[in-house]
Amino acid sequence: MTDASIDPSSVRSGPLYKGTAQSRKRYAAERRFRLYGLIAVIFALTALVVLLGSIVSRGYSAFTQTYLTLEVTLDPGEFGAPQPNQAAPDQATLLGANYGGIVKRAIRVQFPDVTARRDKRSLTDLLSPGAADQLRDLVVADPSLIGKTVTVDVPMSDDADMLRKGFIDRTAQASSRRLDDKQIDWYDRLDKAGKIESKFNIPFFTTGDSREPELAGIWGAVVGSFLTLIVTLVLAFPLGVSTAIYLEEFAPKNRWTDLIEVNINNLAAVPSIVFGLLGLAVFLNVAGLPRSAPLVGGMVLALMTLPTVIIAGRAAIQAVPPSIREAALGVGASKMQTVMNHVLPLAMPGILTGTIIGMARALGETAPLLMIGMVAFIVDIPGGFNDPATVLPVQIYLWADSPERAFLEKTSAATMVLLAFLVIMNALAVLLRKKFERRW
Amino acid sequence: MFKKAGSFVGLAAAMAILAPVAADARDQIRIVGSSTVFPFSTAVAENYGKVYKGKFKTPVVESTGAGGGLKLFCAGIGTGHPDITNSSRRIKKSEVENCAANGITEITEVKVGYDGIVIANSKKSPEMSLTLRQIFLALAKDVPEGNKEGGKLVPNPNKMWSDIDPSLPKVKIEVLGPPPTSGTRDAFNELAMEGGCKSFPELAAMKKTDTDRYKAVCRGIREDGAYVEAGENDNLIVQKLEANPDALGVFGFSFLDQNADKIQGSIVDGVTPTFENISEQKYPISRDLYFYVKNAHIGSIPGIKEFITEFTSEKAWGPDGYLAEKGLIPLPDEARKKQAEEAQGLKPLAM
Repeated sequence: MTDASIDPSSVRSGPLYKGTAQSRKRYAAERRFRLYGLIAVIFALTALVVLLGSIVSRGYSAFTQTYLTLEVTLDPGEFGAPQPNQAAPDQATLLGANYGGIVKRAIRVQFPDVTARRDKRSLTDLLSPGAADQLRDLVVADPSLIGKTVTVDVPMSDDADMLRKGFIDRTAQASSRRLDDKQIDWYDRLDKAGKIESKFNIPFFTTGDSREPELAGIWGAVVGSFLTLIVTLVLAFPLGVSTAIYLEEFAPKNRWTDLIEVNINNLAAVPSIVFGLLGLAVFLNVAGLPRSAPLVGGMVLALMTLPTVIIAGRAAIQAVPPSIREAALGVGASKMQTVMNHVLPLAMPGILTGTIIGMARALGETAPLLMIGMVAFIVDIPGGFNDPATVLPVQIYLWADSPERAFLEKTSAATMVLLAFLVIMNALAVLLRKKFERRW
Repeated sequence: MFKKAGSFVGLAAAMAILAPVAADARDQIRIVGSSTVFPFSTAVAENYGKVYKGKFKTPVVESTGAGGGLKLFCAGIGTGHPDITNSSRRIKKSEVENCAANGITEITEVKVGYDGIVIANSKKSPEMSLTLRQIFLALAKDVPEGNKEGGKLVPNPNKMWSDIDPSLPKVKIEVLGPPPTSGTRDAFNELAMEGGCKSFPELAAMKKTDTDRYKAVCRGIREDGAYVEAGENDNLIVQKLEANPDALGVFGFSFLDQNADKIQGSIVDGVTPTFENISEQKYPISRDLYFYVKNAHIGSIPGIKEFITEFTSEKAWGPDGYLAEKGLIPLPDEARKKQAEEAQGLKPLAM
């Protein structure tokens, strides 16, 4: 290291180890520099810990759900089958029976002292609307249950769930609580009787979106993300790799290829919403593809990921030493054989790493999907590339915007799931690099 | 590791996916439109999906904003265009004309209820009682000098609430609210700001003489930091209010309803923002919510009529219905009955 302001006399004045004022200054500067670096790393780590900590501390409670154990009497009269010799009621009767009424009666039986109409209503408000659906699924699956008394664990409402998780302040004024004093009293009585329990929230991982927080799940969004990313991968990977190979190995170096190169590098920095606008204009309006479809989402995200793949691919191909090519050409391989059999396999770990990182970015995108209608409330789990679907980050965004307080923990829980996928993808990229990369 | 044919196989697979350019029949209702109506429309969609399980698919509801929704809605007839659009304001004449130009001549208008816009603060602070005029004086870009009638317009000098009226607390004016892209902001500007503005006779008179200037003055919000644009996310505003007891926030009634243990709605013109007061239209800052149905799609897209019936049934939009639970403020009984009849009879909108 040279310093412009070196005093000539100090340079001549003896060996370095003697610690002149000059060298002490330099050492101090170096220590300071290291300290700055350390501070920066500590700051980044703290920020990460705080971020993860806040997400986990808010979200972990979403993985459990409050259930009420109910004894439900399935009165045959409800299913319109008065004759005992008649076979099981038909499907329409099974589907259309008043399960809501059956469930409501089952909880009212526990509180014979509740008689006022208003009170009855607020008592049944402790149960989730999903309780009736659960009972319907049960009976449709096994009609022989009709006439029997079954014990089922039905989900409680989001407010009861919030009370159990401690998000409702019991000491607050009754009028400003989501549950009034009576409801809390009923809840406590049920709790004391051992009828309320917290269970692992399986529906969260198996169902689609819902407007009831206790019924909402991320599976629809996970499937949507998966379908979208498949389309992205299938489009971006071959196109990106072909482009990278052509530009690196075959293309002449002239003004046109320079222009293409500049444009690709620029595209990598274009805000993602622009790709959404492009998708709206080209794929929806001109090509007439369906709105909200993972197909279109994947195409838009492929456009966004393509520059990343190309740039990573070119860098990986460049990193293959010329000696490999020269040796292959020297023993008589054609240019194409050289590239396909020697250069590409060696560059593949780098290309794959770049692709996975590009895909991870695509997984986290919402902005381009807004334009093509994937920011939507979709209950059904998508079954194909043309079905309406949404993706994980969009689901997080929609939940974050919902007024119900129970969606707050769902938002954080969904964020945790998204982060888990991102970590897995990035770990895969690191693993591939570690395992297959060759250093020259 | 990657043979030469590999990338071409991939390319072929890509082509195979792209090939079925699907503009085929759609068997699912598509709804677009206002983010204010979104929570209600989705709740109806979900229940509709459950009621007609196996018969109709659950509708897809997109939140595009009222204006954006009407634009998509009016773009044409056919499976590529939405069947229903939600709106937090009435359709404009220009939009009806745009629709008609694209062949959409019959639209059914359904008024579903009201949405109150509340001005709330943390429960740690005393409840505020404001008039529309005070709200205007606190947030307008230009106000009459000395906050008095007849004063000439000057850039808003009010820093403290007590500057506007000595009876108000000596607290800095700080209001968190939605950005200009939001429908809530439009409604707030129109109902609260303009409502306060009109209480100055000379400003109200301007409406006839210079409409553009009137709109600029009466709907202009100050940009000197007293009004903080807090993004579209109302939950975020609620959280910020908790952290900052001096601030006020502007958002939809359902967020107050869900967070009544943390925040309180300010009294406006002597009326508290409660379910009853908004329903009886006593509370001044409330607007109508609508959805619009494309009649031409009925028959070709299955289940639209049933969707309208579900939305306009008492168990959905009645005072004890599940939409009230979600924060929708129902129409009065008479109006609801009339609306339900007209909607289910698909009475076309006439303007």
